Amino acid sequence: MATFEITTRSVRGDLKTDTMILNMGPQHPSTHGVLRLELVVDGEIIVDVIPHIGYLHRCFEKHAEQMTNYQQVIPYVDRMDYVAAMGNELAYVLAVEKLMGLEVPERVQYIRVIMAELQRIASHLLAVGTYGLDLGAFTPFLWCFREREKILDLFEITCGARLLYNYIWVGGLSHDLPSEFGKKLKDFLKTFPKALKEINDLLTFNKIFIDRTANIGVLPPDVAINYGCSGPMLRGSGVKFDLRKNEPYLVYDRFEFDVPVGEGKMGTVGDCWDRYYVRVREMEESLKIIEQAWEQLPPGDVHSAIPKKVRPPQGEVYFRTENPRGEIGFYIISDGHSASPFRVKARAPSFVNLSVLPEISRGYMIADLVAILGSVDIVLGEVDR
Amino acid sequence: MQASEIYERIKSKFEDAIVEFKADAIVEPYLEVKPDKVKDICEFLRDEPDLAFDYLMCLSGVDYGDGTLGVVYHIYSMKHGHRFVLKVKVSVNDPVVQSVESVWKSADWHEREAYDMFGIIFEGHPDLRRILMPYDWPEGSYPLRKDFQVPEFYNGMKVPY
Amino acid sequence: MPEIFNMLIASFIPLLFILIYAVVILWVEIKVASHVQDRLGYMYTGGFHGIAQPIADLLKLLTKEHITPANSDKIFFTLAPVLVFASSYAAYAALPFTSTFIAANLNVGIFYIIAITSFVVIGILMAGWSSNNKYSLLGAMRSVAQIVSYEIPTVLSILTVVVAVGTLNLQEICEIQKGGISSWNIFKYPPFMLITFLIYFTASLAEVNRTPFDIPEAESELVAGYHTEYTGMKFAMFYLAEYANMFLVSGIAAILFFGGWSSPFGKFLSSPGWGVFWFVSKGLFFVFLQIMLRWTLPRLRVDQLMYVSWKVLTPISFVNLMMVGLWAILK
Repeated sequence: MATFEITTRSVRGDLKTDTMILNMGPQHPSTHGVLRLELVVDGEIIVDVIPHIGYLHRCFEKHAEQMTNYQQVIPYVDRMDYVAAMGNELAYVLAVEKLMGLEVPERVQYIRVIMAELQRIASHLLAVGTYGLDLGAFTPFLWCFREREKILDLFEITCGARLLYNYIWVGGLSHDLPSEFGKKLKDFLKTFPKALKEINDLLTFNKIFIDRTANIGVLPPDVAINYGCSGPMLRGSGVKFDLRKNEPYLVYDRFEFDVPVGEGKMGTVGDCWDRYYVRVREMEESLKIIEQAWEQLPPGDVHSAIPKKVRPPQGEVYFRTENPRGEIGFYIISDGHSASPFRVKARAPSFVNLSVLPEISRGYMIADLVAILGSVDIVLGEVDR
Repeated sequence: MQASEIYERIKSKFEDAIVEFKADAIVEPYLEVKPDKVKDICEFLRDEPDLAFDYLMCLSGVDYGDGTLGVVYHIYSMKHGHRFVLKVKVSVNDPVVQSVESVWKSADWHEREAYDMFGIIFEGHPDLRRILMPYDWPEGSYPLRKDFQVPEFYNGMKVPY
Repeated sequence: MPEIFNMLIASFIPLLFILIYAVVILWVEIKVASHVQDRLGYMYTGGFHGIAQPIADLLKLLTKEHITPANSDKIFFTLAPVLVFASSYAAYAALPFTSTFIAANLNVGIFYIIAITSFVVIGILMAGWSSNNKYSLLGAMRSVAQIVSYEIPTVLSILTVVVAVGTLNLQEICEIQKGGISSWNIFKYPPFMLITFLIYFTASLAEVNRTPFDIPEAESELVAGYHTEYTGMKFAMFYLAEYANMFLVSGIAAILFFGGWSSPFGKFLSSPGWGVFWFVSKGLFFVFLQIMLRWTLPRLRVDQLMYVSWKVLTPISFVNLMMVGLWAILK
């Protein structure tokens, strides 16, 4: 067990105060899972944060090597970022398909886009709701869950599962869309903007909420890039970078949508409020994409391109997609003869985003740390894999 | 910029550090360099204005199973939108690689993970300790190595299978 | 002998009231919360809309194990919840429930209430300190800082009312406002009394640790603040004290600004029996308001909380006090 001897004495004027070590987690309501933060605090001011992760380590990479074929990895991928499982499947499957040089039918690509964007909305709803919860607002959380439930219902009628889908397969999908999907999707598209406005009125533009989040945890763009931050973390700092635009995969280049970035509307560019608001606006953009994709959805067979055997040639690929939490990448090495991957490395966005936490939380208060951690929006299943 | 052009740029500066450039590798070309030069090359790649690799997408440890360990760097330039793959290979008996933590901060946790899983020592890393495995995990046991055996006992408890 | 008997009854009535009220308000709080959040809440226990759920909750709390942390200061740890509850219960003695019932008709009633409720601070600090838990300690420190700071705007706004009515006796304050809705204090000296009320209500939210000032027990930061380590009935005591305090500050608001037990229609429906009804329903209205606020707002940060108290509420209440005082002299 590594121990940390901290002998820092912070001096303010003539008053000498000892620092105290406060263990936040692994069981703590606002660490969003089993994260342990070792806080060195001076009263309520944070001197340093040392994150300890690994409490949820499930050996995903070892598992992937031990599977008997490439498809069997997909359910494990689901369990990484368990609130955005579709996005994980998509990234893994696209990586394998790229390694094999597989072309998939247009209908499959469109359905994948719709699913990934629905998942993005669901995931951001969770992020927004729990962020409110971190700051003491209980009601937006349940309102967000009410909306998220509708998306999960859509997933359920499509593939039977609500959280961990195993829906996107190498070369295709497990099921085509059911006949009632269109009607339910349209209902959702119609009611969701209203719900989003309610949440904005209640939480986003609430004076207390703005006071708690603006100018807190400011992440400058160069630091964000240097630390490898991605997704809303990076865009919140004002960097207009979205893999759906910058490195389009699937059919994302056919849709019109904006990439919202932090503008420092309520404080400094890159503060917690910016990161939060980027998520809110991304939900609106995702709605646009879903609408367009649904209109353009071509007919076809979703099973036609599924290969009998997945045996990629000897080689390696790093493929990345835009997950709700940022850039998820899979580095896959195939040895060319066995049916299971030789090595799978998952570059999890939360893992990388979390590493910037000590940098942006020094000098703030314990209450701010909760706000900052919430705005990073981590999923521990993905941090620890 | 294409991978071959980037390779030429590196070659002109670090002729003796290059091991192999594989332009026809499946999916992406990569460049293998010597492990004791990787930091200088990375600094060069980051600071050169027309290369400007400011973003480390991924850093992966690999066990090739034939007595060599490897580290793979996937890097990207936000400014120019181009990408490149660097590799180093080291012997399993002396797995020392230069740390690039000072070049890209995101390498910090990735290198700790590679150390944790493969036992690759990153020279110059400020805080190289286990990250995902528990702190009491036995010294010298690295779970993602190909020759890893599940221990029979963990902390005196029998591992069930 | 009958005197002691009378005293016992007089002291027993507020306790009975607190217990019944706590059971009701537990249910109301959950129900209001659920409906604000688009859900149903309790639906099964007791038949109609989970009406018996608070009783079940209380029974559960009664049967829970008392856990005292090994390294805690056992005497203070046990004493703290008792002290917290006792001080808020003692304050009920000076509350006039109706024109004919008040447990202790003191000449300095409101002064007594301010003084006795200050004991809550000691109880909370004892709880936080003796738990030997860093979260409890931080919560207790926050709580003490908060209550002490908010005591000032609260007292200043109470003082403004006292200046306006000229007495500290709560029963007399109610008597003065007897003439129906137009003679309520809130409509006197417009708009200063209204401002006074708003200050009082805001500050009292902080006094009872309710959202947006619930930082001492902010569960997302400090787990549960000063009562993190408490279980069973000791925990229930804190809970009870919190709800009792909620009604206490609401009741004082009703007495000081809204006529207490006096009927809003002057002589109509103004018998002592109706007095209880008017007083309790006015008090419950403000409790309801506190509950609604809790489920609407996020919470402030410690320094922002202090900012609100020292830089906003205190100066305004000073100005207010002076204006009302000046007006009262000139009249």
